[in-house]
Amino acid sequence: MAAKSYSNPIVKWIEYRLPIFSFLDHELNEYPTPRNLNYWWNFGSLAGIILVIMIATGIVLAMSYMPHVNYAFESVERIMRDVNYGWLLRYIHSNGGSAFFIVVYIHLFRGMYYGSYKAPRELLWIIGVVILLAMMATAFMGYVLPWGQMSFWAATVITNLFSAVPLVGESIVTWLWGGFSVDNPTLNRFYSLHYLLPFVIFALVFVHLWALHVHKSNNPTGVDIKGPQDTIPFHPYYTIKDTFGLGAFMIVFMFFVFFAPNFFGEPDNYIKANPLVTPAHIVPEWYFLPYYAILRAITFDIWFIPAKLIGVAAMFGSILILLFLPWLDRSKVRSATFRPIYKQVFWVFVVDCIILGWVGANTPDADFHGVKMLWIGQAATFYYFFHIVILIPLISVLETPRALPDSISQAVTPGGKS
Amino acid sequence: MNAMRKRLGAALAVLVALGLAAGAAMAAEGGKPPAQTWSFDGLFGTYDRAAAQRGFLVYNTVCAACHSLSLVAYRNLDGIGFKDDAIKAIAAAKEVPDGPNDQGEMFNRPGRPADRFARPFANDNAARAANNGALPPDLSLITKARKGGADYIHALMVGYKEPPTGVQMMEGMQYNAYFPGNQIAMAPPLTEGQVEYADGTKATVAQMAHDVATFLTWAAEPEMEERKRMGVKVLLFLIVLTAMLYALKRQIWTDVH
Repeated sequence: MAAKSYSNPIVKWIEYRLPIFSFLDHELNEYPTPRNLNYWWNFGSLAGIILVIMIATGIVLAMSYMPHVNYAFESVERIMRDVNYGWLLRYIHSNGGSAFFIVVYIHLFRGMYYGSYKAPRELLWIIGVVILLAMMATAFMGYVLPWGQMSFWAATVITNLFSAVPLVGESIVTWLWGGFSVDNPTLNRFYSLHYLLPFVIFALVFVHLWALHVHKSNNPTGVDIKGPQDTIPFHPYYTIKDTFGLGAFMIVFMFFVFFAPNFFGEPDNYIKANPLVTPAHIVPEWYFLPYYAILRAITFDIWFIPAKLIGVAAMFGSILILLFLPWLDRSKVRSATFRPIYKQVFWVFVVDCIILGWVGANTPDADFHGVKMLWIGQAATFYYFFHIVILIPLISVLETPRALPDSISQAVTPGGKS
Repeated sequence: MNAMRKRLGAALAVLVALGLAAGAAMAAEGGKPPAQTWSFDGLFGTYDRAAAQRGFLVYNTVCAACHSLSLVAYRNLDGIGFKDDAIKAIAAAKEVPDGPNDQGEMFNRPGRPADRFARPFANDNAARAANNGALPPDLSLITKARKGGADYIHALMVGYKEPPTGVQMMEGMQYNAYFPGNQIAMAPPLTEGQVEYADGTKATVAQMAHDVATFLTWAAEPEMEERKRMGVKVLLFLIVLTAMLYALKRQIWTDVH
């Protein structure tokens, strides 16, 4: 870190003891960033901002929420009706969950397209996958808190998944519930963890950024930064670009908050939880639908392994497998721009994930022009794993990539020096 | 998932056996409710005060005999234009339980504006006992808790028909084209001229259905008018701000491009 001298005596005093000003200057102001980042690179900072919005609204909501089976549903309605701007806080928080996942999924697909997981950014990618897992746990437990019908039955279905674990499955489920069904102890602990996990995510985001700032951002060419001609300082170039992106994002986000606040929700969650009445269709929130489709795609035992266990393993495996992506993809070329075949199957993969989401929203025996939804789900699940385990390694070895530019500046500035 | 399916199957069997809420017990979906024109549609929608007040009259004289509205307080009625005196009179006409008093006895007293809407039954069991085993749902959130919202409420009110030939009706059930499963425990609640509107509007079934759906939408989303008003301002602000940010971004980046 370059020693910087400050004229303000207070700043100087603090800087001498804790070099926070030079740290901020180094990491946020002069931080060298590739000059060619496109708008797909906005989604990382957007995700960070949504995390802050979620924590801020969540802390205020927690002041009026009561985690008790007899009062949870009513206390949420009290927030909606009697707390000043409670409806605004709650709708920002509930739609913020959806916004968070949209942004993080785009961020993740961007990483896959431009090979941002490749050396030396493997740990950066792995921390990102861990953040995604922590987000999912947080979102799931948050969805249970309003104690509507979908809250209750989603909690029942998801916790029951752990009963698939051989031998100790049932004991694990009882342990998770704190009893013999989803009940008050379950709600209490979910509330506690829903409050804790965002701060764990916050810490993980800090580590994610730390790892990012060691080797700096990847870029659309996937070519390493070779010198100062390839970079521009983070401020003002990317601060203004990120702020503009935030404005555009907020227009869409606020449209849903104010004009379609229940668009992403299920009507059944406005019915108070009732353990004696099962909803006709139990569906998770939209951002879990692809995993739900994978879970339900496995309807067959393999040898002695029951279908349920394989389904659960496939569902968790669909995310955990991403941890190995840096080693499954052996291509030295990062960006799909220069990988003619990978580029095409990448988009097939995106479509496959969307199909999985669509299948997850329908019942398995539903019929799509004579094709059973279950079969579509099974084909899409097969392709999901086929893409990651077979296609990615295979293409990375067989494909002939196009010629890479010598440097970022050569690629983006006509006649630029390399 | 097998355990879940079994659980689900068992729950359905219990419901059918007891002849409870037929809708949940039937996998079949009801017909899609036709879309109506509502005063609260669109970015600038507001609640038609006259329709909402007429809807309150329908709720108060008809629905309230069986359906609670437990999340709404009488004082909230100022949101659809009732004056303080009218609200006091509406509340005072109801008996609400209170207590214990100095002697340790529970007692009933006339309602006050601060009270939530009085419940027609002391508890769910009493409600079932009086309704042939079926539980009339609380209506506070009904338009948010059903697909189709106000359209569904309207369709349900006007959707009673003779069962088509070949449809076997369960004991005490009515055929309704829009209710999931088509068999509903609620008898047709509205008949022509059932209430007398003070503003002279003719109380047809369709009119009452429209009014009560407006009232119930307000009851479910009393914040909607404020929300939409604020939303228009927020979006206008964000659009102008973002346009300026874009101009600033272009300007700052000129030396890079």
